[in-house]
Amino acid sequence: MNLTAPVLAFLAKLLSGATLRWHECQPDTCQRVYFANHTSHLDALVLWASLPGPIRDLTRPVAAKDYWGRDPVRRYIAAAFGALLIDREEIKVHQSPVDLMIGEIGQKYSLIIFPEGGRNTQEEMQEFKSGLYYLSKKRPDLELMPVYIDNLNRVLPRGEFLPVPLLTCMTVGPPIWLEPGENKTAFLKRARQAVLRLKDV
Amino acid sequence: MLETVTNIAAALLAQSTPGGTSHVAIAPQRYLDARTNILLGSVLGALIVAYFVGRALRRQPESTANPAAVGTFNQRVRAWWLMCAILVAGFLLGYVTTVVLFGLVSFWALREFITMTPTRRGDHRTLFWTFFAFTPLQYVFVGLGWYEWYTIMIPVYASLLVPARIAISGDPKRFLERVAKIQAGLLICVYALSHAPALLNLNLTTSDGKPWLLGTTASAALPGSNAGLLFYFVLLVQLNDVFQYAWGQLLGKNVIAPQINASRTWEGFIGGVLSTMLVGTLLSWATPFKAWEAACIAGVVAAMGFAGSMTMSGIKRDRGVKDYGTLVSGHAGVLDRIDSICFAAPVFFHITRYFFA
Repeated sequence: MNLTAPVLAFLAKLLSGATLRWHECQPDTCQRVYFANHTSHLDALVLWASLPGPIRDLTRPVAAKDYWGRDPVRRYIAAAFGALLIDREEIKVHQSPVDLMIGEIGQKYSLIIFPEGGRNTQEEMQEFKSGLYYLSKKRPDLELMPVYIDNLNRVLPRGEFLPVPLLTCMTVGPPIWLEPGENKTAFLKRARQAVLRLKDV
Repeated sequence: MLETVTNIAAALLAQSTPGGTSHVAIAPQRYLDARTNILLGSVLGALIVAYFVGRALRRQPESTANPAAVGTFNQRVRAWWLMCAILVAGFLLGYVTTVVLFGLVSFWALREFITMTPTRRGDHRTLFWTFFAFTPLQYVFVGLGWYEWYTIMIPVYASLLVPARIAISGDPKRFLERVAKIQAGLLICVYALSHAPALLNLNLTTSDGKPWLLGTTASAALPGSNAGLLFYFVLLVQLNDVFQYAWGQLLGKNVIAPQINASRTWEGFIGGVLSTMLVGTLLSWATPFKAWEAACIAGVVAAMGFAGSMTMSGIKRDRGVKDYGTLVSGHAGVLDRIDSICFAAPVFFHITRYFFA
C-alpha cells in the first residue's frame, strides 16, 4: 500500500488548516469536475487533500507544469497527489489540454481545474478561460462543481516558498451543467458566478 | 530526552535562586498531589453531570429548551472536557508535555487571530517569523524557566523586529495598523498565555515566606503542587465566564457596551466577580493562599477574565465576526475559549511570583 498520498494529504491539511464545506450538495465518487478560483500554488494540492479519502483517490488535480515539474522534489510531490501537469506556455494544436484531460480521466476519475488559467493576484477573480466550456461540451455527463477557495493565497502567496499556517476554507457548491444551446461566453460567465456566489454562503 | 531538558531546567532554576535564602529551596513540584486530585476529581464529576444534563436537554422538545442555548451549552462542555484532558495529559506526561501543549494552544489561537485580521502580501515573511520563531522560542524560554527572557522577548524584541521586518518588505500601506495587528496577536495569544505554564516553574511559598508544604509535621512535609495551582487558576477563569453569563441572564439590565457585546452587563460582571471570589476562597486549600488572599486574587482574576472577553469581543466586532469558531467553519474556536485565560494569566502569574515565590 502506498502511504505517500495519505501522508501528503494529512500534511497539506494540517498546514493549511483547511475545512471543506459542501453547500447544497453532497460528496460523491461519481465523475465530477471541481473548478475553483486560483489563488496559490497550493490550491490544487490542498483542495485535493481536503476531499474525503475515497473521492480523493479518484480525483486528479490539473496543475501547472512550469511550477510542479520544475525540480525533482516538486515532481515527486506532484506524482504523489496524482497531478495532471499541463504545460501553460506551449499549447500544442494537435493535443489540447482538454483532450489530454479527457484522455486521462477515462470513465473513472474526477478532475480539479482552475479555469482562470494563471493565479489571481488581485482581489477580484479573473475571467474564465474557455477550457471548462470545451470540457463540458465533449463530456456533458460530467458534473461541474464550483469551489470557492478562501484565504489560501495568504498561506503561500506568489513568489514565496515558506508557508504561513493560517486557516483556509473551501466551499463546494451545487453542480452546474452546460445548458443546451448555451454559448461559450454565457456559460463561462455563469460558471464564474457560481464560484463567486460561494464566497458569501 | 525529555528528562534531560527537565533536569537542565531544574539545574538552571537552582542557579537562579542562590542559597542566600533562609530556608532550603524546594524544587517546584509539577505533578499532581492528593489535594489536586480531589480538586480534579470534583471537576471531572461536575463535567460528567454537565455532560448528562446536556444530553438530556438535547432530547427535550423545543418548547421547553431553546435549542440554540442547549447547543452552546453542549459546545462549552465539550471545550471544557478538552481543556481538562489537555491539563491532565500534561500533568501525567510531565512538565515538558504541559509546556508543549500550551505552546500548541497558543499556536492555534494565533492562527485564528491572524486569519481573522487582514494582512497584506508584504507581511508574509514577518508572519512566518511570528509563527515559527517567536512562538516556539517563547515556550522554549518558559520551559527552561528563563524568566528574564520570556518576560521581555516578545514585548521588547519581537515588538521591535516586527515593524522593522515589515518596513524592509517595502509596503507602506496602513503600516502602523498591520504592525499593531501582528503585535497584538503575539502579545495576547502567545506572550500572555505562556504565563500560565510558567506557574509550574515557581518555588511556591506562603505569603510569609515559608515554603508551601502539605502536612504540619516535618516528616510528612511535602511541597504543594504547582500543577494544582495551575489547575486552580484555569478553573477559576472558566467558572468566572459561567458566573458572568449566569448572573447576566438572571439579573442583567445595564449593558456595559452594547456595541461591543450586548450580553455583558454590570450585574453579570459584579455577580460574576463576587461568585468567583467565593469559589476561589472555598478552594483556597488547593493553593498556598490564605482565605482572604485567595479571595483578592480570585477577584483580580475574575476582573481580568472579564477584560479579556470584552477586548476580544471588541476585536471580533471590528472584524464583523461573531465567533472565531464560525470564522472558518468546522474549527472549534480556540480563541473564544481562552480569551479570558490569556488576560488573567500574566496577572495571576505576577501576583503569585511576587508574593508567593
